Amino acid sequence: MHNIYTSIMKYIVQFEIIIAFSLIGELLNRIIPLPIPASIYGMVILFTALCTGLIKLSAVKETGKFLIYIMPMMFIPATVGLLESWSVMQEFLTAIIVISLVSTVLVMVFTGHVTQFIIKLKNKEDKQ
Amino acid sequence: MKEILENSLFFGVGISVGAYLIGTYIKKRCNFFLFNPLLMAITITICTLLLTGIEYQQYNNGAKYLSYLLTPATVALAIPLYEQVRLLKKNLTAILVGIASGVLTSFISIFAMALLFHLGHTEYVTLLPKSITTAIGIGLSEELNGYVAITVSAIMITGLFGNIAGAGICRLFGIKHPVATGIAIGTATHVMGTAKAMEIGEVEGAMSSLSVAVAGCMTVGAAIIFEGFI
Repeated sequence: MHNIYTSIMKYIVQFEIIIAFSLIGELLNRIIPLPIPASIYGMVILFTALCTGLIKLSAVKETGKFLIYIMPMMFIPATVGLLESWSVMQEFLTAIIVISLVSTVLVMVFTGHVTQFIIKLKNKEDKQ
Repeated sequence: MKEILENSLFFGVGISVGAYLIGTYIKKRCNFFLFNPLLMAITITICTLLLTGIEYQQYNNGAKYLSYLLTPATVALAIPLYEQVRLLKKNLTAILVGIASGVLTSFISIFAMALLFHLGHTEYVTLLPKSITTAIGIGLSEELNGYVAITVSAIMITGLFGNIAGAGICRLFGIKHPVATGIAIGTATHVMGTAKAMEIGEVEGAMSSLSVAVAGCMTVGAAIIFEGFI
């Protein structure tokens, strides 16, 4: 029987699988003494599980995409927190803002062009 | 009234999501790049807090449940990445070399500008993790004995800038290939930029999520060398 409850159950199972991978990530973050967060471990392990076929794409897809889609909202509380560190930053506020913005533009342009250049180079090689 | 809001568990999420919806609505009506939903949501929320005099801690008491979802959402970034795995394998060299050059550019440019602004060692290492995702950035800043609160602020400023201007910068500087665009946005502006890359396209989003993880790890590795420069 296909009704709203079966599809809701599917989303709950998907959510639980994603939480389980977050939990595994959390455990690794505790065990391994590197400054790599739970989320990155979880992402790498879920990716590996998908590639090896241990977890099917359909077991995480909809809920995962929902979480990704609403992700921008999750940054609001931390960014509003700039209010708190405003006073600490004041002393070298200009430096922080200028360095952040200029270096971001440089990184983006360099990364993009290096990647694009190698892709084009390879495409040419493939054609020859 | 203020007292009710201060002690409310739902005010934080309510105002944040409400402000985001207003931001999305205005963006739909008027497609000007500064009308970025995230930027508007943050501005509206900050103004509300300042006008009502509600402390950040009290706001965050409820709003932290939004941040709570960030870990599962980042884990879920494996999904678009898996969907683009063929593209990833095909362009592996370009992607890895691209991200590595980005990490290097980040360190060199921060180093050069730190000299220009006469920053001390602590300020310099505080800014080194600014392009990587918050959770790795906090860990790295602690490791290097930087000011963690300022590292977080620099990461937020960088991410917000990427979310607002990432697509525009790529267009302006002639980065057209979807793989290159995604790698550029993710390496420079971490998960906040990735959220925008997802809107540009599936390939861009997937490549951007990949570079958040790879650039984060490369930054941790390379920081040990660059830390001693100032």
